[in-house]
Amino acid sequence: MSTFVIARLTFREASRRWVAWAALLLGFIFLIVYAVGFNEIQRGIKGDVSSTPSLMGEMHNFMLMAGLYVVNFLTVMMAVLTSVDTLSGEIASGTIHSLVTKPMRRWEIVMGKWLGFAGMLTLYLLFMAGGVMGVVYLISGYYAPNPFQGLGLMWLNVVLLFSVSILGGSILSTLANGVLVFGLYSIAFIGGWIEQFGSLMNNQTAVNIGVICSLIIPSDALWRRAAYEMQSPIMSMFNRFSPFSSGSVPSPLMIIYAFLYTLVVIALAINQFNRRDL
Amino acid sequence: MPSSSPAIETINLRKEFNRKVAVSNLSLTVEAGEVFGFLGPNGAGKTTSVKMLLGLINPTAGEGRLLGTPLGDFQVRERIGFLPEHFRFHDWLTATEFLTLHAELYHMPRGRANQRIPELLDLVGLTPHASKKLRQFSKGMLQRIGLAQALLNDPALVILDEPTSGLDPVGRRLVRDIIRDLHQGGVTVFLNSHLLSEVEITCNRVAFIKHGEVIQTSALQTLVEGELTVQVRVRNLRPEALVGLSRWSQNVRLDGEYLSLTLQNEQDLPALHRYLVEQEAEVYALQPQKVSLEDLFIKIVGTDGGL
Repeated sequence: MSTFVIARLTFREASRRWVAWAALLLGFIFLIVYAVGFNEIQRGIKGDVSSTPSLMGEMHNFMLMAGLYVVNFLTVMMAVLTSVDTLSGEIASGTIHSLVTKPMRRWEIVMGKWLGFAGMLTLYLLFMAGGVMGVVYLISGYYAPNPFQGLGLMWLNVVLLFSVSILGGSILSTLANGVLVFGLYSIAFIGGWIEQFGSLMNNQTAVNIGVICSLIIPSDALWRRAAYEMQSPIMSMFNRFSPFSSGSVPSPLMIIYAFLYTLVVIALAINQFNRRDL
Repeated sequence: MPSSSPAIETINLRKEFNRKVAVSNLSLTVEAGEVFGFLGPNGAGKTTSVKMLLGLINPTAGEGRLLGTPLGDFQVRERIGFLPEHFRFHDWLTATEFLTLHAELYHMPRGRANQRIPELLDLVGLTPHASKKLRQFSKGMLQRIGLAQALLNDPALVILDEPTSGLDPVGRRLVRDIIRDLHQGGVTVFLNSHLLSEVEITCNRVAFIKHGEVIQTSALQTLVEGELTVQVRVRNLRPEALVGLSRWSQNVRLDGEYLSLTLQNEQDLPALHRYLVEQEAEVYALQPQKVSLEDLFIKIVGTDGGL
């Protein structure tokens, strides 16, 4: 089926770009540094007489969350940087002409590209998150609660963002698409912090602003929920003000919203590309 | 399988971009097995018309059929080959990988593709470059591999948008030969071209398009044979005699000794000669010249239509 032909092509094309290799290399270096650093901390704590099991658990969780935060960031960057020009670039260069005139429907091209990126980014996420979780487990024996839910939400976050990038590319130029996606990501980022501040200071307005930002782009909400899932209640009390704090936790409704949001974005991308004059 | 229904039919196809009319009222028929040329100045709407046929652009109004099926049907494209004007491909693929990709997109079985790809590489003269990445190809080579891609699935209809624009004379000869062979095989060829000399050699019928409208469609033979320019080197041509020439032609020009006019056919030549002699003009040379397609183009389309 043509969708899979395009998916294979997209996967090959995206994974041979320098951005992908840089992300892989960076990720690898990060894992090594992380492993060495974590190992040092672990040795230090074990040697310390005042370390209690709960304190150690807190440290392990903190380190794991910090590592996963970096993984989230790297995967999001890779998702956006590799997918930003997938449709807009081919439309601008005219490469799309010899594809669209083949015997297939236009949505097969969009879904093929989507699948190609989904494949590549899923592998990257598994490699990185698996690497971080593996390092922590191997060195300390610690593993987070609800790892599958956490990973699932991180995966949905990546899928949401590259789907937005594909939608943007079906309408805008590569440059405009990049501005759009990074702009949205920034809104999510700032909104997330404002929400956490608001919850710390008991400022409902600030919390509401954060929620509105999450409605515009649920990316940060997905990460915070993932972080929440992977911390026990006691630990989340200690992580009160951090990139993975759960002062204001996104509700399950927000997660359903994010899922539907992603589906709508994909449907819109298909619709836009169907109607576009090339 | 030979078909009696037209390969391409359009009825009042129209395209507006934000109220600017790119194509208005395109109605033409291309019979199966023809080599059809589409001529017009820049911005006339040639490429937009082709794009409407192939589903790249949505028509604002009107209808069309390709190989008997309405425009927009995607399955009929299995039997259609297309070489875009600005041919750009995934340049990190090798020539063979590129053709393999497009063969897959044509739903060709693997075995057939493996047979066809070397054949086509040979046909377009790119066999030595089969394992080279497209980014190392010159423009002419890219155009040839693009042509190969269009022919992969033994199409019944081939649409070529400026197929020789990037080629040297050898390349152009190659494309002309390929078109001729396609024609002999019963394939319909539709081509947009600026290169009138190419159209003259390859096409059976042509349509002239200007400002998005087809002005004239004719068989090339009748178009080119129908008119004859005569150059006469003459002295002592009296003004009354000059005026009298208007019975044969409206396009009479006298430049010193050189008289040129357009006749409707060859039979007028002896009559012209007799007339000049009767008028006591001194005729030193009488030379009929075939009107070139370029002159016709300018005559039909005018010099104001281009961008």
